[in-house]
This record gives sequence, structure tokens and C-alpha cells, in this order.
Amino acid sequence: MNIVVCVKQVPDTWSEKRLNDEDNTLDRAATDPVMNEMDEYAVEEALRIKEMHGGEVTVLCMGPDAATETVRKSLSMGVDKAIHVLDEGLHGSDALATSLVLSAALGTLADSGGFDLVVLGSESSDARMSVVPAMLAERLGLPQLTFAKEVSIDAADGGGGTVTIKRLTDDGYQVIEASLPAVVSVVEKINEPRYPSFKGIMAAKKKPVDTKSLADLGVESADVGLGGAWSAVESFETAPPRQAGTIVTDEGDGASKLAEFLASKKFI
Amino acid sequence: MPATTPSVERQLPSEEAAALLDLTRELVRQELTPKAATYEAESRVPREVFRTLGKAGLLGLPYPEQYGGGGQPFEVYLQVVEELATVWASVAEGVSVHTLACFPLATFGSEQQRERWLPDMIGGELLGAYCLSEPQSGSDAAAMTTKAVRDGDDYVVNGTKAWITHGGEADFYALMCRTSDDGSRGISCLLTPGDTPGLSAGEPEKKMGFKGSTTAQMHFDDARIPADRLMGEEGQGFRIALAALDGGRLGIAACAVGVAQGALDAALAYAKEREQFGRPILEFQGLSFMVADMATQIEAARALYLEAARRRDRGQSFGKQAAMAKLFCSDMAMRVTTDAVQVLGGYGYVEDYPVERFMREAKALQIVEGTNQIQRLVIGRHLAQGT
Repeated sequence: MNIVVCVKQVPDTWSEKRLNDEDNTLDRAATDPVMNEMDEYAVEEALRIKEMHGGEVTVLCMGPDAATETVRKSLSMGVDKAIHVLDEGLHGSDALATSLVLSAALGTLADSGGFDLVVLGSESSDARMSVVPAMLAERLGLPQLTFAKEVSIDAADGGGGTVTIKRLTDDGYQVIEASLPAVVSVVEKINEPRYPSFKGIMAAKKKPVDTKSLADLGVESADVGLGGAWSAVESFETAPPRQAGTIVTDEGDGASKLAEFLASKKFI
Repeated sequence: MPATTPSVERQLPSEEAAALLDLTRELVRQELTPKAATYEAESRVPREVFRTLGKAGLLGLPYPEQYGGGGQPFEVYLQVVEELATVWASVAEGVSVHTLACFPLATFGSEQQRERWLPDMIGGELLGAYCLSEPQSGSDAAAMTTKAVRDGDDYVVNGTKAWITHGGEADFYALMCRTSDDGSRGISCLLTPGDTPGLSAGEPEKKMGFKGSTTAQMHFDDARIPADRLMGEEGQGFRIALAALDGGRLGIAACAVGVAQGALDAALAYAKEREQFGRPILEFQGLSFMVADMATQIEAARALYLEAARRRDRGQSFGKQAAMAKLFCSDMAMRVTTDAVQVLGGYGYVEDYPVERFMREAKALQIVEGTNQIQRLVIGRHLAQGT
């Protein structure tokens, strides 16, 4: 099994995010960068599949120089090698461009044995669109199995086989099966990501990281970045501070006052 | 979880040591901090936390990589212990005791013995304990009466060991016992499996602090321990015990500095926030001088234990310095944690803040691994002998 995990570096989930005044993109320098939390679950799941079926796990990251930290964290957790797509021209890329670049990078793996499975976190904690896994599967012409809370692999001898997931829905789950290769996105219910070990951290420094530019991937810079984006942020405002709550004093009519409040907000 | 800036700027010998300390802080933040207060209040033992630390590689740091250890100098291992202790002394001391329990095998075991047992012992899944004290023989350790009699391929052990950290929970016990009546030369060290028939634990002690760590007596009742589990030679046990304690004392010194650092961090944060008479109480000189003294004592204590550790790492004698570090750091922690309670006033005396727990923990550190009176005795002897 050759598994590729796509990971993203995001601003610290718990910090207050802000946009740059110049081009209305996220101000990455203003916050501590961390590995997108959902992607840790994707890495963990890939490592577990590898531990069960053998093979190799590659991490694929598109992001600025600082995203090296996220690449290194994946390698520390036990991923075998990394591809880091690093290019100035990528700044401001939207989800369409991201999926284009990721699919181009996956295309370059054909020479080295290709891949059987692509695993992603189901959303990033900054943009929160949850569309990249689906877009990537479309571009690759592969089955997409999204929002997995459980993944099982039935690998066939000599490549191929099937992947089955339990797909989380609002009121339960669906069981979905597809032939390999396939694209799977996972939710945080799926596992408990491991910590990197001290030895893993040491070993990560010796693992290969293949840095690729847009030119290496044959992607036109006009198709990506701010210029290639299909939408643009025209202006932005910071969210207004939260208003003080309404205090209902119970004078024998507390329940009806609460009901009135809920009705006024269209909750009931 | 937000990334936090470490409150201590450390002098570390390598990039890998820096990475190890980063990993330790992440584990502290995510695994120790959320549990410490609750587990201590409920006297719950965090066995799963030790597994997590073990998987991360923190249960064999100063031992050679060829057996699965971290290959780290003592100077680095101890700073890991210190970081753990800033939040949860029971865990930090547990790591120190486990590391101490591995010492007889790692240092005095034969190559064959090391290859057979050491990888599992320091691999992260197992937890060790160290059995030296007895109900009637604490500071005077050589007066022990627990006896091992050779019978065929086994030693048959009878007696009771006391104050055993991880007692009843450990997977192995570094046991000191008497194999002849020849005083301190009649003691031997047996690496005892935790599931040995005839070995049982007493009721856990009800302690003032360190409630998240079990302390119990261990009873040996015709316990048969295979003779190939003898560490070093018969009669060498007391020497092994004292050599192990030199390192163990540095572990306690590092715990003490961590506990004091945790107390200072809490006191400082409080004194910046708390306002009386219209300004933060830290702006009052009476208080600011107090935290200045606390911080200064911590720095001095850290420098002392690290210098002892660096002597050990360089292969120099360090027994005197280890005793000094244990004495100074734990007395310092007692003063600093008491002052931290004072800084918080009434809030310091209640369980909503961690400083009253730090104060209870500091007291134990003046007693364990040789009381501070014994440390002075050791230092005095070194001075008299000019060593």
C-alpha cells in the first residue's frame, strides 16, 4: 500500500485570526502556525493502515516556507517521506487551485510506483470549506469517500483492492465501498493521533523531503495564487464584540418569558 | 491548545535536546495539565500517562540507544523531569523512580542480562520500582533485614520493604536484600519481576501530597527469584544502591526545582492580575521583593543540580554535589512554595489554585531519597575525607 496524506499548515486554531490590509489574505505572520488538527487524524489513519498492510506513507504539503514545521511533524509521527510544494506564486490560492496543485503533485508519483490511497482531513480549521478532498478526487478521476469515521482496506495481491468507509452523516453513517486507488477524507472521530516520539523526531531529520515548484509540476502560475482565484475578498470587518446577554428575572412568569425570548429568535 | 512560551530559558547541549524539551512541554500541556489537579484530589494513579510518556521515549532517557534508550546526558534527562514537575510532581517523581530502578541492571548487569531485560524495561510499556527502605531501616539502610537465601537456581526472599513508590503497580522491582550477615557488605541486588509468587503489596499509604503516586509496603513471603536475576555480585548490593541513589537524588533535585518553578509561575501570574488599593499587588515592593527572592533561589538551585549532572556526564565524581543539590533544591522548594501560598493569600490556601498542592509536594522532597539530614551527613563525610 502506498498512501499519500495531504496536510496543511494553518494559523493556531485557538488564536484570533486577521487578514492583511494589502491583499485581504490571511495574515500568517500574526499567529503561530500549527499543523491543521484534522490532518493529524489523517496522518494517524495512514500510519495505522501501513502498520496493518505494509507499504509506505508519503506526506504532501502545499504551503510557504514555514510549513516545513508541519512536514517535519508528520515525519516525526512516522511518515516515511515528504513532498513540499513551495512557490511564491501559490500565495492566495483558492480551493480550486489547491486541488489542481495537489493533483499535479500526485501525478508526479506515477514514476515511483504511484499511490493506492490518498487521505486528507475533512476540513482545514482556517478556511473550513471541506471541498478540497472532493475536488481532488474529481481532478484525479478517482472515487471520493468523504467524512470517514472508520476506514478498512481489503488489499488485493499485486495492487488494487477495495476501501470501505463509514461516512459520518447528520443522523448516522453510510457504508461506502470503492475500488483502489481512491481519495478518502477523515473526521476526528476516526482515531486518536499519536505524539511524535523522541526517536521519531530524531529520525525525521534524516527522512527525504522533495521540494517542488510550480514549474516542476507543470502548473501555470496564472491558474493559481491570488490572480488565478475564482473569488476575491473585496473588504472585511472584524466581528463585533459579543453583546451582553439578556437576564430574565423569574417573577412567577419566568417560563413564559423564556419561551417568548426563544420565539423572538425563531428557536421555537 | 495555544502554544505557550516556556517560562525557563534553558541551556541545552544539542538541537536534539531542544527538540526533546519541546516534546516534553507539549506532553505537559496536553496530557499532564488537564489531569493533575483532579487526579491528585481523587488519589488516582495516572498509569496511562506513563504509557504515553513511555511511547514518546521519556522512560529511558539516560540509557544507551543500543538498548532502546534515549542516549541523553543526565543534564538533559533531568531538565525533562523538571518540566514535568512544574505541573505534576507525582509524574515527574515517577519518571525519576523508574529511571532509578533501571540503573542497577544498566550499570551493574552483565551484557547478557542487559540484552535480555533492559529494552523492555526502558521501552515505555513497563514501570519500575526501587526497594531499599524497610519499616525499621530508613536512613540506616544497611540495617535491613529482608533476607534472600540461595536454594538451587533461586533465591528465596522473606521480609518487608517500605515506602515503595509504584508499590503493587510496578512491573519490576530493584530489590536490595540481605544475602549474608556481613553488614553493608552482606547486601545484594535482585531484579524482581512484579508477578513473582509470594510478592504482595500492602495498603497504599495515605499521604499528605503526591496522592497521584502510590506508596506501599512490599511483602516478600517465600518469594522465589531466579538467581540469574542477581545484579553484579553477591554482597555488591549496598554499593549499587548508593550509586543508584546519587543519580536518584539529582532526580529529586530536578523535581524540586520544577515544583518551585510551577509555584513561582502561578504566584507571578496571580500577582500581576490581582489588584488591591487600585493597582496590581506585584507593584507593591513587599510582594515584588518576595517573588524576586523566589526567582533567584530557583535559578541558584537549578544551576547547582545542573552542575552536579554535568560532572556526572563528564565522568567525574558527583556524589557530594548530588547530595548538595538534593538538600539545597528541596529546602529551596519548601521555602518558595510556602511563599507562593503567601502571595496568593487566602486563595493560596484553597484547592482552586495549585500552590497549596505544590507546598505539600515540596515537603516530601525534603524526606525522600535520603532525608536532608542524611544529605548533610553525606556532604560532611565527603568534606572530612577530602573527596
